[in-house]
Amino acid sequence: MDFLQPTSLSEALAMKAERPDATPIQGGTDLMVDINFDRARPSATIDLNRVPELMDIEHVGSDVWVGAGVPYLRIMRELQSDAPGLCMAARTVGSPQIRARGTLGGNLGTASPAGDTLPLLVAIGATAEVASSERGRREIPVRNFIIRPRHSALESDELIVRVRVPKARGPQQFGKVGQRNAMVISIASFGLAFDLDQRAVGTGIGSAGPVILDAPEANAHVAEVFSTEGLWDSAAPLPDGVAKRFGELVGQAASPIDDVRGTARYRRHALSVLAARSLKWAWNEHRETTKGTRA
Amino acid sequence: MTDVTSTDATTTPWTTIPSPNQPFAPAHPAQPHRGVPGGVGTSARRPDGIPKVKGEFAYSSDLWAEGMLHGATVRSPHPYARIVSIDTSVAKSMDGVRAVLVADDVPGAKVYGMEHDDQPVLAWDVVRYHGESVAIVAAEDPETARRAADAVVVSYQELDPIVDPEFAISGDAPELHEGTGNITRHVKIRHGEQDVSAPVVVTGRYEMGMQDQAFLGPESGMVLPGVDGGVDIFVATQWMHVDRGQVAKCLGLPEDQVRITLAGVGGAFGAREDLSMQVHASMLALHTNRPVRMVYSREESFFGHVHRHPAWMEYEHGATEEGDLVYVKVRVLLDGGAYTSSSTAVAGNAGRFSIGPYECPNATIDSIVAYTNNPPCGAMRGFGAVQVALGHEAQMDKLAAKLGMDPVDLRIRNAMSQGSVMPTGQVVHNPAPVRELLEAVRDAPHRELPVVGERDVIDIRQLPGGAANSTHGEDVRRGVGYGVGFKNVGFAEGFDDYSTARVTLSRGAEGPIVSVHHAASEVGQGLVTICMQIARTELPVGPAIVLPADTQVGSAGSSSASRQTYMTGGAVKQSCELVRSELLDRAAGHVGVARAGLRLADDGTIRNAADGILLDDVTELLSTPIEIEREFRHRETFPMDPERGQGDADVQFAFAAHRAVVDVDAGLGIVRVLDMATAQDVGKAMNPQQLEGQIEGGTSHGVGLALMEEIQVVGGKVRNPSFTDYLIPTVLDMPTVQMTIMELGDPEAPYGVRGVGEPPSISSTPAIAAAVRDATGVAITRVPIRPDDIVFGA
Repeated sequence: MDFLQPTSLSEALAMKAERPDATPIQGGTDLMVDINFDRARPSATIDLNRVPELMDIEHVGSDVWVGAGVPYLRIMRELQSDAPGLCMAARTVGSPQIRARGTLGGNLGTASPAGDTLPLLVAIGATAEVASSERGRREIPVRNFIIRPRHSALESDELIVRVRVPKARGPQQFGKVGQRNAMVISIASFGLAFDLDQRAVGTGIGSAGPVILDAPEANAHVAEVFSTEGLWDSAAPLPDGVAKRFGELVGQAASPIDDVRGTARYRRHALSVLAARSLKWAWNEHRETTKGTRA
Repeated sequence: MTDVTSTDATTTPWTTIPSPNQPFAPAHPAQPHRGVPGGVGTSARRPDGIPKVKGEFAYSSDLWAEGMLHGATVRSPHPYARIVSIDTSVAKSMDGVRAVLVADDVPGAKVYGMEHDDQPVLAWDVVRYHGESVAIVAAEDPETARRAADAVVVSYQELDPIVDPEFAISGDAPELHEGTGNITRHVKIRHGEQDVSAPVVVTGRYEMGMQDQAFLGPESGMVLPGVDGGVDIFVATQWMHVDRGQVAKCLGLPEDQVRITLAGVGGAFGAREDLSMQVHASMLALHTNRPVRMVYSREESFFGHVHRHPAWMEYEHGATEEGDLVYVKVRVLLDGGAYTSSSTAVAGNAGRFSIGPYECPNATIDSIVAYTNNPPCGAMRGFGAVQVALGHEAQMDKLAAKLGMDPVDLRIRNAMSQGSVMPTGQVVHNPAPVRELLEAVRDAPHRELPVVGERDVIDIRQLPGGAANSTHGEDVRRGVGYGVGFKNVGFAEGFDDYSTARVTLSRGAEGPIVSVHHAASEVGQGLVTICMQIARTELPVGPAIVLPADTQVGSAGSSSASRQTYMTGGAVKQSCELVRSELLDRAAGHVGVARAGLRLADDGTIRNAADGILLDDVTELLSTPIEIEREFRHRETFPMDPERGQGDADVQFAFAAHRAVVDVDAGLGIVRVLDMATAQDVGKAMNPQQLEGQIEGGTSHGVGLALMEEIQVVGGKVRNPSFTDYLIPTVLDMPTVQMTIMELGDPEAPYGVRGVGEPPSISSTPAIAAAVRDATGVAITRVPIRPDDIVFGA
């Protein structure tokens, strides 16, 4: 195995163009497990830990650009107000050690439907900026990033550079269901984001389909009820039945299978429960924070 | 001589350790220990503690020798298949490959086993389980060895695997082992009347999944070819002498040419009783005349050892209206998998302990273990008693509910006590404080455990799911449940169970030294420390050292069945006493006084009957060392008769009870165990800190079994051979554990000890299952409890 160590993004992209077979490594929390289990024997790896451009967190207008090499721990510490849901998702990753090493770029690159940050990134409409030395940069919506399990939309000469995270325009929630209290791959996970400016709701569903799914009907249902009932302006309590219906629609949007971690039936059920709870948490939080200003 | 004193009935010989655990301070120790620093009864520091914490301890996977080769194993991807051909030519031709061996290359016996020689060293003709060894490879580096193993082409003709044990023994299934009907053993126990009825009857069916021991140090070891044509084996194992017998037979060598030294063991829990890489690495070492190391990967480790038997249990309890048990009928079916391992003994235990620590005049018990094409099952902490505890405790709760009784009261009403009769007819001759244990856990203080309401969230990390943020208190229900269980200590059913210790008192550069040599495996339980404590207590004349365990001394038996403190501890004590006696003989002769009345005091002086100092330094008596090697045996046990299962099969019984407090998110089926109160009779707390570790560790095994630990086998194939998908409790899943430790000495045991390792793993699981039932009202009949079972009310 060749071990390549670029010190700049342009050098890294040149190496990736020359060695399209090379697997990038950043935190190593996924790749090293695969190597250890003999599931991967990359012919070359590109160590991105010395590429400073990937470590930046930049605030530009209504977005935060999070470098692909930023570990979960930094996200939790630095993005609490701009991306609260992403922080919640980052907090659910593995253990303190894994959160210190694992990165947002890695979570995308592994392209697992169980990637903990991905449902929330889909819910908020985040995009991944990728680059090649030949064709320059392009943005891929996170919802389109995974093509099928462990396969992404990345071309063989491309690297993930950073993620455009729209700053929160309303309450966000992320939750996951696993059979123990830490260090667990989710049986199902769910991200929710209110966009109070656009008067819209975004969702993301993890571990319940070959890719990260969203629930457009559920989103539309909430937006419609909120418009009809005037909740966008009044911040009144959730009308009866909205959360439950939202949960049902999220459950229907899922496309789960039976596997070693859970059954399809349970996944659908868990997503309904989690979505209904998340909607209540998010809306109640919004009502708490706006109480003073609207009174 | 013995220093066991009977229990003083006027005091309570136990102590409660509140949570978080505080230093152990027995209020009324049953057997006051002598005042020797680091002696019996103290929390003497373990010599391997600091190296392990610092990552400096050498485990068996860290072994290294000049010129060493690395071994790898070719394993069957099928649960049941004919081997049509094995082509090793490509593997052999690879650079760096030094040997590729198959069944034909096994020099001696081609099968081995702990109870029956039925497991092939390397399979030929047929493979009977997923992961069975077919060929072995040695190469210059581990990666080449693995690649060469991949390059061995085995052509299989797949057969329909027999994966349902009920079908396996039905008579309709083909036999996996000729002449067995796929029944490894059928234990029948007929106690009292067989045709008896009762006014109150409850029935139930219960199921337990396949748990793994999940030790952290994978199977590993190194073999050096000896100049005499023999082998020197360094391996992590539980019983070197039984390994030696099997290895010698398979290598076609006399036993004295197979020398085994214990390497650093990273956990065992039963999984190292059977051979793993011992014969394979020896074959490769003899073939290449080079040292060979084999280290299983984590995935391979799941195929490299036996697991806990899955069980299907049918119970019927009959009782009077007042709640006295009249009869119990039990049928336990265990899946033993493809080979025997220790299945017959597990089935014996499952039968004998199937009704729990209760008095019942009539019992009809059938405990059956089947051969299937599932992974072989064998020894694991609790050994048969764990499975049935789920059943008998669920039944006691069910009976209590039917009678409208408190579940603890019902248990106490039927609790076994000293003098009770087992279903085997054996009288329980040592203390059996079942009532006291239940009272202790019932009366243990409840931790302050606020029920979190929906609007009053303080910290989600305290809730089911923790930081996964799956509930803020919605659907969270509190439940409390109880469990009590017991099992035997030491080997049973007439097995000649002994341990050997050689104790040498010699003159070192700075004075007398006591060295202890035995072959017992330190598997992390702290036996080395215990032996040092015993040597310090019995021979307080200088530092005590424990030599590396190896086969240059007699057998110590296995580090299993909660037996080593009793057995090897007993052997060390006995040999120390004989050394001490010889020392006093020499003192008498040296000074020219009568032997009678002389004793060795705690300060290392020899004193006369008037307590005057005869000699203040024994060094001068040691111009020649004093060395004693003796075997120590416990009381004889007897077989159970095959038709009625009657017989004094057991040596000693050990009891524990648990109370579990859980929060369940009933909406998602996620459980959080908040607190476990446990009570255990340990006879004598030899090393209180280690004892607490055993109790917490056993409880964690029980938490894992109750909630998450299961090897999922579908169609004979293991689906989750990794710690990503075989889940064991993390620190965030472990509840606080508050302990009541009782010291009711067993007069027959050294220092009054009772084995302590297994009981905590028996009663913890049923207590949690009961607590989940209490919280949700769902009839939990299977562990591990899956979220589906709670949500959909299985």
